[in-house]
Amino acid sequence: MAAVQETIDQVRKIDVDQYKYGFETKIATVKAPKGLSEDIVRFISEKKGEPAWMLEWRLESYRRWLNMVEPKWANVTYPKIDFQNLYYYSAPQSTEGPKSLADVDPELLATYAKLGIPLKEQAVLAGVQGARVAVDAVFDSVSVVTTFKAELAKAGVIFCSMSEAVREHPELVRKYLGSVVPQGDNFYAALNSAVFSDGSFVYVPEGARCPMELSTYFRINEKQTGQFERTLIIADKGAYVSYLEGCTAPMRDEHQLHAAVVELIALDDAEIKYSTVQNWYPGDKTGKGGIYNFVTKRGDCRGRNAKISWTQVETGSAITWKYPSCILRGDNSRGEFYSIAVSNGYQQVDSGTKMIHLGKNTSSRIISKGIAAGHSNNTYRGLVSAHRKATGARNFTNCDSLLIGDKCGAHTVPYIEAKNASAHFEHEATTSKISDETLFYCRQRGLSAEEAVALVVNGFVRDVLQKLPMEFMAETQKLIGVSLEGSVG
Amino acid sequence: MLEIKNLHVKIADEEREILKGLSLTLPKGEVHAIMGPNGSGKSTLAYVLAGREDYEITKGDILWNGESLIGMEPEERAAKGVFLAFQYPMEIPGVASLTFLRTAANAVREARGEPEFSTPEFLKLIKAKAAALNIDMEMLKRPVNVGFSGGEKKRSEILQMEVLEPSLCVLDETDSGLDIDALRVVADGVNAMRSKERSMLVITHYQRLLNYIVPDKVHVMIDGRIEKSGGPELAHELETSGYAEYQGKAA
Repeated sequence: MAAVQETIDQVRKIDVDQYKYGFETKIATVKAPKGLSEDIVRFISEKKGEPAWMLEWRLESYRRWLNMVEPKWANVTYPKIDFQNLYYYSAPQSTEGPKSLADVDPELLATYAKLGIPLKEQAVLAGVQGARVAVDAVFDSVSVVTTFKAELAKAGVIFCSMSEAVREHPELVRKYLGSVVPQGDNFYAALNSAVFSDGSFVYVPEGARCPMELSTYFRINEKQTGQFERTLIIADKGAYVSYLEGCTAPMRDEHQLHAAVVELIALDDAEIKYSTVQNWYPGDKTGKGGIYNFVTKRGDCRGRNAKISWTQVETGSAITWKYPSCILRGDNSRGEFYSIAVSNGYQQVDSGTKMIHLGKNTSSRIISKGIAAGHSNNTYRGLVSAHRKATGARNFTNCDSLLIGDKCGAHTVPYIEAKNASAHFEHEATTSKISDETLFYCRQRGLSAEEAVALVVNGFVRDVLQKLPMEFMAETQKLIGVSLEGSVG
Repeated sequence: MLEIKNLHVKIADEEREILKGLSLTLPKGEVHAIMGPNGSGKSTLAYVLAGREDYEITKGDILWNGESLIGMEPEERAAKGVFLAFQYPMEIPGVASLTFLRTAANAVREARGEPEFSTPEFLKLIKAKAAALNIDMEMLKRPVNVGFSGGEKKRSEILQMEVLEPSLCVLDETDSGLDIDALRVVADGVNAMRSKERSMLVITHYQRLLNYIVPDKVHVMIDGRIEKSGGPELAHELETSGYAEYQGKAA
């Protein structure tokens, strides 16, 4: 029997090693009862001390959600989600928010360390002078550490949790919340609008250039808790902001639902750059466990010459359903989407973008790199459309897929709609496979099979990697290697 | 010392045998050439030495410094000093040649228990070696072999060989696709690496290369076996009489 137990332990150890962010932090939490009802929506709103208008907004979203059905068009399969069997609210007990680092739960700080948060940011968290990345750390739905507020305030930038924004800046929240992703936009957006727990709020005033990269680390921690982050970023006329979002999650047996909404608004001459590295638990080798990620991300170039740029690196989650989009409303506005989606094991990715050209002389650019390994399925789904009045709309799309092994799938589903004869849309797509010859060539030069795959894949995604902020580049290269472990040999 | 003993090799999942009892001894510090017609199994021998998986060794052994290479992963062999200059080097889009060189060099150095190159140290080394091979540093910023001319590919192979400091160099048809000037540059690079500590196996179809890299011994390979061995003069004989004599004997 000892031998059997040893085997089990060994297997367990391997699993944990493969997902190095698989651990749980023991922090006392306050939870709402399971299930979703008007009462739960009221409970959440009350817990957060929200004004009546916010509660009303949530309740209206909830009522709409009741009449909606889950979308089924994506190229993903999963068992039916019982929405009454989930918790919709959990928050660390110290909801007041610590006044200094000494008040921060040491376990939380240990968590940051395990997550490998870049030293620069750790330094910020530790209060070291001169570190320049502001971290609004979202830990199980409630922001517990916010730094650099003062310096940001000097530039007039508001960077706070959504809850705080609802309390402190209601005029901005009421004006912009739901203006890009309306309450009834889709099933998951409606759900999020009803029960969103927290998230980040950014407002950069007219003519201001945000003095640092804003960064938020999301982390799902509580068992069977849906995470419903809500992020709202507004760049007023001529403003500029770059925002980084990075994610990891602990190991889990049951599937976890995540349905975030991100809204970006860029007014005249404003620019928003939004970068994501998503590394949530993808499930074990047999496809068990893992996060369900149903996200609605959309940016609105509301003013002339506005620019919104999405860069994403997706390596995690069992299921990814995500289409960061741009509405190019203002004349001469510009949208960009740069994506790396890596899938391994039994992961399913259905991701892409929508570029909706409404204004005159708008342009967009899409570079998507999908890498499929193991038994995974990787789909690019994109829409490029030009409205009747979108004279001079231009788009360039390039979708490349790379296959590793012979059990995975790569799919490209581009939709192109031009209702204006002057629209100029270009679409390029390639699918290739890492050949045994290439791997052998690298191994002959001393690289292990896994190093060889990581090298080839990092070459494949180079165009997109270069779009990432420096802080993320090296991290991402490593992450891609880690994500593809076990894909060969 | 490399000792190949009665080596029988077939393509995995196929019946056809390609190497049919090949034996060869290459002492330390010597350069041997293998010549033979198309389809005699020269490239197969090169791949089998480097550990390519598509082949199955049914009989015999390959000893490198007394240790059998059979069953060893390609990267382990690389760490033990085996280097194969490919006839058709692979392209790796998006990976700068310099990055590739450094990744490879540090991988074998780590496996050999040597310290990693520091950036200045590495760049200094590359600059010197690249200049000798007439390689522009700009070329090394381009992705590995992507859009390289035939000559650039082969010079890049030799540069990799110099940086990885192997003790067994296998050069597979390194002369193919080279004009006479490029051939001289490549041969100079190879000759500069000749040393008492290093064995080289030069596989070629034509005698031409051996005017520049003069071997200690020449082996004639026909139908998966060494049919004749001799000094450098054997290469010249072959150039005039061809392989017909040997092929007749094999058939």
